[in-house]
Amino acid sequence: MKAKVHVTLKNGVLDPQGKAIQHALGSLGFSGVDDVRQGKYIELDLAETDAAKAREAVERMCKELLANTVIENYAISIEG
Amino acid sequence: MKAAVIVFPGSNCDRDLAVALEKSSGKAPIMLWHRETEVPQDLDLIAVPGGFSYGDYLRSGAMAAHSPVMREVKRMAEKGVRVLGVCNGFQILTEAGLLPGALMRNRDLKFICRDVHLKVENTDTAFTGPYTKGQVVRFPVAHHDGNFFADDELLKRIEGNGQVAFRYAAADGTVSDATNINGSRNNIAGIVNEKGTVLGMMPHPERLIEPKLGGADGKPMFDALVEALS
Repeated sequence: MKAKVHVTLKNGVLDPQGKAIQHALGSLGFSGVDDVRQGKYIELDLAETDAAKAREAVERMCKELLANTVIENYAISIEG
Repeated sequence: MKAAVIVFPGSNCDRDLAVALEKSSGKAPIMLWHRETEVPQDLDLIAVPGGFSYGDYLRSGAMAAHSPVMREVKRMAEKGVRVLGVCNGFQILTEAGLLPGALMRNRDLKFICRDVHLKVENTDTAFTGPYTKGQVVRFPVAHHDGNFFADDELLKRIEGNGQVAFRYAAADGTVSDATNINGSRNNIAGIVNEKGTVLGMMPHPERLIEPKLGGADGKPMFDALVEALS
């Protein structure tokens, strides 16, 4: 099965890259962009066939490597 | 003093650290490749160098923090063996959980490569002992991800425990937002763990160890380590 992981900066953590993107959008004429937060998207192909077990494994992967939980949150979606 | 310098693919300050250590101790440190699973047990100091380990993939220091040799470094750090992480080494030590906080992209998104002034805070460690509290030193920085972050609660704990070793300052020792080169919380440039046995810092003491290189403010740190650990 496939796991999709979104890693995003926690609220309250300054995202200078998101700010730069916001400014760039403004200078391109896209008005009304109030905020931009940049993150990472990671796709995993897993041999596991049990969705609950897959989620549990990916959860551990996020905590140990994929996200730095000091500054980042993660969201997992498992697809058959 | 028996010292080792860890070498990751992409490290580029490992030789500078080795030169600094040899200059102070008279003995060349052991160079340990990242795949090593057996580390000499009688080491007094492990130095984790600057550079771009594993190409900064995922996050600076994230891959190196989980390399085989770091398991040993962690185990030895827990026993009280001194660990010094400079620049990418600091990033690796935070990712490995040996130091609190995280190092993020610089506030202005630019790679900063120049000398900076630092105010010495905690002098009660084997690394910072030769400096006096409040002393201003000049070390070079060269980093893109040196913006130290800790949430309010963690920051309070780090400050309360006296874990801040260095802050970005002006030449006269003033610490302000204007002297905060990269957006680090409370101008933090370097911290130690609670026991004071692990130091991580973004600036490079090993790059200024003799006047010919433009200054020698980094030399006392290596001399002091040799004295404390011999």
